[in-house]
Parts: sequence; structure tokens; C-alpha cells
Amino acid sequence: MRPKAMEYFDNLIPENMVKIKEQKEQGKNVVGYYCVFTPVELIEASGAIPVGLCATKQDPIAAAEKDLPRNLCPLIKSSYGFAVTDKCPFFHFADVIMAETTCDGKKKMYEYMKDIKPMMVLDIPNSSTYELKREHWVHELKRAKAFLEEKFDTQITEESLQKAIKAHNTERTKLMELVSLNKHNPAPLKGQDLLKVIWARQFQLDRETYLEKIQEIIDEVREFIKNDKSKDDRPRILVTGSPTGVGQEKTLNIIENQGGQVILQEACSGVKGLVKNVPESDDSLTSIAEKYMELPCSCLSPNDGRFDLIGSLVEEYQIDGVVDITLQACHTYNIESKMLKDFLQENYEIPLMQIETDYTDADTEQIKLRVDSFLEILK
Amino acid sequence: MYTVGIDIGSVTTKGVLYDGSNFRSIYKPTGFDPTTIGESIIDDICTEFNISKGQISKVLGTGYGRIHLPFADKVVSEIICQGKGCNYLFSDVKGILDVGGQDSKAMLINSNGKVLDFVLNDKCAAGTGRFLEMSVKALGLTLKDIDEIAFNKEPIEIGSMCSVFCETEVLNLMMQGKDKGAIVAGLLKSIATRISTMINKVNPASEKIIFTGGVAKSKVLRNYLRQISGYDVTTPNSPIITAALGASIIGYEQLLKEAN
Ligand code: SF4
Ligand code: SF4
Repeated sequence: MRPKAMEYFDNLIPENMVKIKEQKEQGKNVVGYYCVFTPVELIEASGAIPVGLCATKQDPIAAAEKDLPRNLCPLIKSSYGFAVTDKCPFFHFADVIMAETTCDGKKKMYEYMKDIKPMMVLDIPNSSTYELKREHWVHELKRAKAFLEEKFDTQITEESLQKAIKAHNTERTKLMELVSLNKHNPAPLKGQDLLKVIWARQFQLDRETYLEKIQEIIDEVREFIKNDKSKDDRPRILVTGSPTGVGQEKTLNIIENQGGQVILQEACSGVKGLVKNVPESDDSLTSIAEKYMELPCSCLSPNDGRFDLIGSLVEEYQIDGVVDITLQACHTYNIESKMLKDFLQENYEIPLMQIETDYTDADTEQIKLRVDSFLEILK
Repeated sequence: MYTVGIDIGSVTTKGVLYDGSNFRSIYKPTGFDPTTIGESIIDDICTEFNISKGQISKVLGTGYGRIHLPFADKVVSEIICQGKGCNYLFSDVKGILDVGGQDSKAMLINSNGKVLDFVLNDKCAAGTGRFLEMSVKALGLTLKDIDEIAFNKEPIEIGSMCSVFCETEVLNLMMQGKDKGAIVAGLLKSIATRISTMINKVNPASEKIIFTGGVAKSKVLRNYLRQISGYDVTTPNSPIITAALGASIIGYEQLLKEAN
């Protein structure tokens, strides 16, 4: 069963590539971003539209390699390649780029990107145990606020912040409601479809319709589950690791084609940024800081939050096995993989398989072999 | 009642005939036409072991070329087959290292031959049969010569783990007038180091590991592997047919299940 309302999402990205132009012509400001650390609430409160930027296609990588080393994560090369070739409409229409110092590759790449577009780079502390991290985050948010206010000649008020926080909290809550439908066995939603809907959050320009469509899927699926008596012994897989974007569903595709169910993704393209909301208080900047500083990204050290999150997800969603996708040359996720494997083995007796890959199709057969064997192990 | 396991590898295709207690095997080069190799290996098995096709109740396929076995009753990944086959030959062993033409893998199995964990080499060819073959070719040798020439030689350190660079490095060493045997010993040692890391990753809690694949025939390589990994390394008499053997056994087990 594929919910009818999914059709809306099939065309959303291409359609919004056109719509962003219209918005721009109506005088809207656009802020492009890459990462879940981006405080989208702040951008929205400035009256600008936050949009996710293209970063998941192989095509522009060759162009990126003119400036960047080959041995770099494809996500970074693709982002930069899209920027230099001007092939990403969202990048094209962005007035400024909001970036952050996460992994080394990204932050050094931004030093080149600043020659193409104005950049605001948030300084994210890399230590999760840093005593002053809250103060630091609040300080950075203030700096970003001043930047946006100056750029767009506007005032970000407490009121506009609260409004944006509410809107994004609603969005995240709705998405988690959708994801949690997959607690049902067999999972009613395909991993690729979940990815598509979550991914669309960064491009959607009409929140009301977006939320309505998600609700339609939820209603359709609930109805379906009510009457569903089917049994399914396909292994239930949680996918984690480096982000898997739309256009880069290679590994998800393989898992689903070879007979596994991708239940959900913990990664940034999955629920990592959705499981927690911004607390609603009268000090919005501190509240925003509160949420974002707790994101369990491997760029942070130590990254215990990721283990806790995955641990609770594998229980809640009755996961049989975890697939950890590492984009080539992504050191942080690569190194963390063994820790995660040991953690899952010791605490949940759940096996983890790491897949190291890039954006080319050259390794499809090898991934198939790994996935086949892994799924057979899980049976 | 017979079952057949066919393992179409990148270099050789292996066929094993199993009757529930004994097995017999054949192999031949995969060649450039993997589409017909499956059919022809069945024919060969029938002629060689004097049975008719009708006596074969199940055919199981595995290996890279397994998609070219339209008549197979089932295909199973070579990792699972390898586990089964090695477990049949050595029931007490928990760790397996297999170095094939295109890839090398380490596996951890339980006492039923079920694979619990595995690692495979990544995209690059380092630590595979292909790596060795290319490097040895650069020296004007073939795989058959390696043991003889490398025996009792002091290995030269080989730095490159990339098969492309390794060829250049080997040629450089030759120019410097280094002894061929010492270079080959160095190559074998570098492979042993690489695959030791793999077996250590799956960390079998037994003293003995099974080493399979074409290059497992090399005594010199086995010795290095023993030294570096610290495991007691055993190689089956025919180290290249274990996956096909596993496939034939899995087929037989299914046959029994269906009969019940
Ligand atoms: S993995 Fe980390 S750096 Fe990459 S997008 Fe996610 S939060 Fe940002
Ligand atoms: S996948 Fe890894 S290397 Fe690539 S941008 Fe994200 S954190 Fe950085």
C-alpha cells in the first residue's frame, strides 16, 4: 500500500524550485542552509524563507574537485559543486547562506563558499561537555540575529520568534506522528517515502498544505492499519549514519529491494532533528539554543546522545538490525561506527552493519552482497 | 537424492554435488561468458560423476555471477554459503577468512555455521587475489610461482596498499635491483597484515581460523597470517570450493525441510 497523498511529495521539490523564484520576485528574502544545526526558527522570525540546499547529487562533484580534494565527503563536494556551477535553484535564489562549524571538511569548504554568497557561519562548540555551551550557543544565536536584522533591514522580535518556534514544533510533532506509524508490523510506509516527506520539510513553501498532506497520509495509513491482518517476517531495519538525501537513496533502495523493511532513519535526513522540540518559554533564544545544542551529531565529542537515541528507537520500533551508512571520508561517523556496533551488541544484541559509500553507482553490487548477507543473518 | 551448489566467482566457477553425507566437486575458469557457465558446470557434474540431471533435486547458486543462474532454485549470498561450507568441514571453527578474486572477507560463525558477523574489504582491491595477481604480474611471475620464490626470503616492506600504486612500487623495487623473492615475500606479508585486521575485527573467540580462497594455497602467506594474526590458520584441501559446498548443503537442508 502506498498512500495516495504521497503523490504530492513526489513533485514537491521540482515544483518548489520554480515557486522559490516567484517568492523571490514578490520580495521575500531567502536563507539557504545545509545542516540540522541551523536554527530555522530564527531565520523564519526574520521574515525570510529558510531553504535546504542541494547536496545529494553526483553531477556537480567534478566541478567541485577543481578546488576541493578528491578524498572528501561527497556531501561537501556536491554542496560546493552545486554552488560553483549555479545548478541549484535554491542556492541561486538564496540571499545568504547560514552555515555552521560542524565537521572539518564543511567548515573549510565554507571558506571557499563565502566568495560566492554572503555567509553566516555559526560557531558550534565541538565538545558536548563544554560547560559554557549554552552561553556560547545563545551568543552565536544573537550574532546570527544581528546579522539577519542588518542584512534584511528588519527586527526579529520575541513575538515573531515565538510564532516561528510554535510553527516548527508543530511540524516536527506532525512528522514524528507520521514516522511512528511504522511501529506497526509490517511497516506501512517505505523508508524512501518517509525520507521524501521529511526531506521536503526543508523546501516546503506552504506550511499549511504540507501539514495537511502529512495528515492525509496519517489518516490513510491509520485506516489501513485498522484492517491489516498481514504477517511479515522481513527484517526491520533502522538506518543511521551520514545523511541520506533525496537523490541518494541508493542504500535504502537496496535494503528494500533485497527484502528488508527500512522502518526509519536516525540520521539527519531522518528523525535526529525531529525527536525534540524547542521548549516554549519567554526567552526564545535560550530555548532555541537548548534544542540545537543537544543534537546528537558525530561532530560532537563525546556523542552519547546518539547512542541513547538509537537505543530507544530500536526498542520502540522493534528493530532487528541497524545499517550505518558512512559517506566516504566522513571520519566522524566512520570512527563512531564501531562504538555504535559494540553499544548495540552489548545492550540490545542487535547487529550493525556499516556501509561505506559515495554518490556513484560503482559499488551497487558490493552493497547488494553486503545487504543480502546481512538480511540473511537477521532471519 | 542430490543437491548441487554452484559458486560463480570472478575467476573460477565451482560446482559441488552433495548427497546428504558426501560431496564431490569440480571447478573451471569462469571465462568471459558467465551466462552459460552455470549450465555447463551442471553438465560437467553429470558426466564427471555419472548421474543424470533428473537425479538433482535442487540447485543453489551463489557468488558474483549468481544472477546468471536462471534455473537455480534459490540464490544465497556467498557469505552465508561460506559459513555453512566451512562449518561442515571444521565443526569447531568460529572464524573464517576468505580471500577471493575481487574481495576478501572475514566471518564469525556459530556452531551451526550461521554467520553472526562479517566484514568485507571496501571498494579498493587491496588485500584481494586481484591485488596479488597484478603485483606479481608486474614482476613477470604468476601466482603459481609465488611460494617457491618467496620461501625463506626476508620480506621487503611494501608501503602501498593500493593495487594501482603497488604495481609502481614493485617496479621501482625491481629497478633498485631488489631480489624478486624478497619483493614477493613483502607482498604476501602486506596482504597478511591487511587480512589480519579483518579477522581481528570480527574477533572469533577460538584459536583456530579457516582460511579459504585461491591464495590460501600459499604456504608462505599462511605462515605470515599465523604470525601476524596470532591465530592457528587451517586451510581445507580444496580452499576454493567451500562456498559452493555450503550452497549444496543449504540446498539439502531445504530439501529435508520440504519433505517434512
Ligand atoms: S551529520 Fe552533523 S554536520 Fe552533517 S548535516 Fe547532520 S548535523 Fe549537520
Ligand atoms: S557526512 Fe560527515 S564529512 Fe560529510 S558533511 Fe556530514 S559530517 Fe561532514
